[in-house]
Amino acid sequence: MIRKSFLSLLACCFAGTANADWALNMPRGITDLSVETYNIHMMVFWWCVAIGIVVFGVMIVSLFRHRKSQGVKPATFSHSTTAEVIWTIIPVVILMLIAIPVAETMIKLEDSRDPDLSIVVTAYQWKWHYKYQDEGIDFYSSLARPSLEARRKESGIDPNAVDNYLREVDRPVVVPRDAKVRLLLTSNDVVHSWYVPELAIKKDTIPGIVNEAWFKAKEVGTYRGQCAELCGKDHGYMPIVVEVVEPDAFRAWVDARKEGAARVARNQ
Amino acid sequence: MSTTVADLHDHHDDHGPAKGIGRWLFSTNHKDIGTMYLVFSLVMFFVGGAMAMVIRSELAIPGLQFVHPEFYNSMTTMHALIMIFGGVMPAFVGLANWMIPLMVGAPDMALPRMNNWSFWILPVAFSILLSTLFMPGGAPAGGWTMYPPLVLQTGDAFPYLIFAIHLMGISSIMGAINVIVTIINMRAPEMTLLKMPMFVWTWLITAYLLIAVMPVLAGAVTMLLTDQFFGTSFFLAAGGGDPVMFQHIFWFFGHPEVYIMILPAFGVVSEIIPTFSRKKLFGHDSMVYAAASIAFLSFIVWAHHMFTVGMPLSGQLFFMFATMLIAVPTGVKVFNWVATMWRGAMTFETPMLFSLAFVFLFTIGGFSGLMLAAAPADIQYHDTYFVVAHFHYVLVPGSIFAIMAAVYYWLPKWTGHMYNETLGKAHFWASTIFVNLTFFPMHFLGLAGMPRRIPDYSTQFTDFNTVASIGALGFGLSQLIFVWVIVTAWKGSKATDRVWEGAHGLEWTVPSPAPYHTFETPPKARIAGEAFE
Repeated sequence: MIRKSFLSLLACCFAGTANADWALNMPRGITDLSVETYNIHMMVFWWCVAIGIVVFGVMIVSLFRHRKSQGVKPATFSHSTTAEVIWTIIPVVILMLIAIPVAETMIKLEDSRDPDLSIVVTAYQWKWHYKYQDEGIDFYSSLARPSLEARRKESGIDPNAVDNYLREVDRPVVVPRDAKVRLLLTSNDVVHSWYVPELAIKKDTIPGIVNEAWFKAKEVGTYRGQCAELCGKDHGYMPIVVEVVEPDAFRAWVDARKEGAARVARNQ
Repeated sequence: MSTTVADLHDHHDDHGPAKGIGRWLFSTNHKDIGTMYLVFSLVMFFVGGAMAMVIRSELAIPGLQFVHPEFYNSMTTMHALIMIFGGVMPAFVGLANWMIPLMVGAPDMALPRMNNWSFWILPVAFSILLSTLFMPGGAPAGGWTMYPPLVLQTGDAFPYLIFAIHLMGISSIMGAINVIVTIINMRAPEMTLLKMPMFVWTWLITAYLLIAVMPVLAGAVTMLLTDQFFGTSFFLAAGGGDPVMFQHIFWFFGHPEVYIMILPAFGVVSEIIPTFSRKKLFGHDSMVYAAASIAFLSFIVWAHHMFTVGMPLSGQLFFMFATMLIAVPTGVKVFNWVATMWRGAMTFETPMLFSLAFVFLFTIGGFSGLMLAAAPADIQYHDTYFVVAHFHYVLVPGSIFAIMAAVYYWLPKWTGHMYNETLGKAHFWASTIFVNLTFFPMHFLGLAGMPRRIPDYSTQFTDFNTVASIGALGFGLSQLIFVWVIVTAWKGSKATDRVWEGAHGLEWTVPSPAPYHTFETPPKARIAGEAFE
């Protein structure tokens, strides 16, 4: 067992980029706000880099030049009010430069008025339930069968052989492109969190509380995420898949689902 | 020095430690109790570290290899509780016990019997906590943050978890009372507050934080207990309660707790950097004000841990701005350390190396902290490995490196012998390389969207997880060097009283090893010399 793990660990090291990526940064995402979020992230990051270059630069120069082995005599100064005022004021100015654009984005994030589509998301241990408010569609969405089989301890299935291991569901959420989608999030049991990086949405689902989040997807495609708040033993196994489709395709999907629901109802 | 020892003989007939186990069980001596705290925390670091090894082994490659998800969750929960309450906090209390009386010229802690009690509660508390590993339903697995309703699903371990936390809190509060009373009442006659060494100052502020927030934690977990067993609904939506209220109360404790774990570390490096730069600490007074500002701000930023729970916009803006403000006094501290080094005459013994790594790597943790303060970006980072990277950067190469620096710095004073410098440096370089190998890739994992607290992951996260696991194994093994250095510390060459060429402070005016009783009579400023300025 241990040897097998060790060998596969080695294999991972050498296989390198063959079956995985060394992604370094946050995705830009597919909504205006996810791009704004990305820009905020990068802005603060570059400020940190700039501060880091100055602070670490001075420190490194000092580490090389101000050594006892270089024969230096230590200076005797131990304070300078001017210097201290300067390095208190400069960070305050930088923080204000950061805070203002960030606050603007926060105001937009909270503005979920006038949605084109509302979906009630209810979290369960350990699956999601989606209810399209005006379309009369609702369904559960859980981990897809291939991942479910491979995830078990000693399943004998290589996770690399499973498509979208742990990030695939049986029934994805389908939304139209360019529509303002409002999510109303709550939970049936413990706190969960609905998290899709490309939509820049992470919102806790809390029993007894209905939270709001919204997005307007600009690009068609399949976007994956998963529960982000520890919710018990299968916390790692409740993925989220959002399919953004063209508006026509969305209407077709709604009709097909309604028809399917009606057929099921007739057969009962 | 011989006069001090002679004085001691005149006044005291009980001048040596008791024999046998009684010396430790009934000790009221600050040095013995300090030693016990430090040994206890070292043991807990290895217990918590073993749990980290379980976590990193499971995460080395995708798929479940070693443990089941329930046990994995127990490991993350217990790792955090043990490292925070059993590792970092007792280590700093141990350093406080040993060094504060020596640094302020007091004969002992002000309340020696309470000191004994506050230590001996800890082994009991952690025996209770660790015993839950063998209980039906397993150890607590709801995360160290204990969010309801999830934590109420804990099995038989639940009341033991609450009771253990109460005990840890009582121990911390008693330790804090002792520190405050000692510092306020037992300083050498001419040592005014602003003449106190930085380590004493940061501990004074930390002790007030402890007294302010440990009762809040006790209240929060007691409400959990009554929700579980006595039919209340503080946090249960079905009974009209609010699960988010727990998070507010918890983080009102939790955020100051973060500073409880870092302020004494600031104090330690503020002692060490001047010694090895052979230059006075730059801006002593502004360092004090900065530490006090950080402590004050720590009470008004708690909800930055909760940007995703659905707070009103105005609340989010307030907590974001307040959080960003913390960068200002923290920046002052870092700049002052750099200014202390500037135009000094530095040498690089092990304590200095750990302190320099502290300044570099804690600052990196501070940068990711500033990124986390920006609320929209925080919504992306929250509960991902980016946060795991952030708090491990401030806690491991932050707090723990400072603890290691302190041990190397004062070990010759404690044992009377120099430790093995070559092994100390080997320990430093191994720790520094592996700590970065472990935690730096976690930034990338978090940005790519890997959540915390999951036992298995999607295959695109494989590479960096493998790197982190290799780093963690290396970091864990490196700590065996640390133990070896401490165990063999009694074999080194004799240490002088001053130990380090550039050392200043009252603790360096007593012999090495420090006698069982020191400062039976208060030191005079004249003897202490520059230590008082």
